[in-house]
Amino acid sequence: MFTVRIQSEDFDPAAESAALTRGRTDVGAVVTFTGLCRAQDAPGGAPLIALTLEHYPGMAEEEIGRLIEEARARWPLLGATVIHRFGRMEPGDNIVLVVTTSAHRGAAFEAAEFLMDWLKTHAPFWKLEERADENSWVPAKDSDDEAADRWG
Amino acid sequence: MKILYFAWVRERIGLEAEEIALPEGVSTVADLAAFLKTRGEGYAHAFENPRVVRAALDRRHARPDTPLGAAREIAFFPPMTGG
Repeated sequence: MFTVRIQSEDFDPAAESAALTRGRTDVGAVVTFTGLCRAQDAPGGAPLIALTLEHYPGMAEEEIGRLIEEARARWPLLGATVIHRFGRMEPGDNIVLVVTTSAHRGAAFEAAEFLMDWLKTHAPFWKLEERADENSWVPAKDSDDEAADRWG
Repeated sequence: MKILYFAWVRERIGLEAEEIALPEGVSTVADLAAFLKTRGEGYAHAFENPRVVRAALDRRHARPDTPLGAAREIAFFPPMTGG
């Protein structure tokens, strides 16, 4: 089962993981990654009050669907679920979920990391940070491009 | 052609979307960005450094030299920061 959901509501990582393995005897590995909203980027910086995630409706689903197809071409996945939230989130809130299942752990680990690396640089989402002193759009990080590039 | 703007590109231009007739000679993504840049202060600000503005043609990532062809929708936006 391969699923992409773009939603404003929260998600339950344990329930999503269980949904990919329930009733199956061929899954030997499940990797679950959850990305959360954190309060502080650097020590001494103004703490984050909230993040607002803007997205390109339609393309966000399609692009993540294409990333899953790419992952399936590279690893023998049995299932994957990717959920990305949009809207306003506060520190501690869930933002993104990637769950991958495979017969063996190598494929599940690698595919989950690949999906996250590519999602950060390809999926059309933008973060606006709200702090006490100002609101600002998060600049893209070179380290994210490098993380995506290493997959070739 | 329908044009969509996101994040700070949207804020600088002051529009989420608009419909425009492509002028003569505008045939690639870069041509369109260069044309839009001449349409006023907000556009000039949004496209002041065209290298940092990304585009998608009919919901697929496009490069500056991608031909607009028969695409119905183009979007301009900053580098993505999701995840």
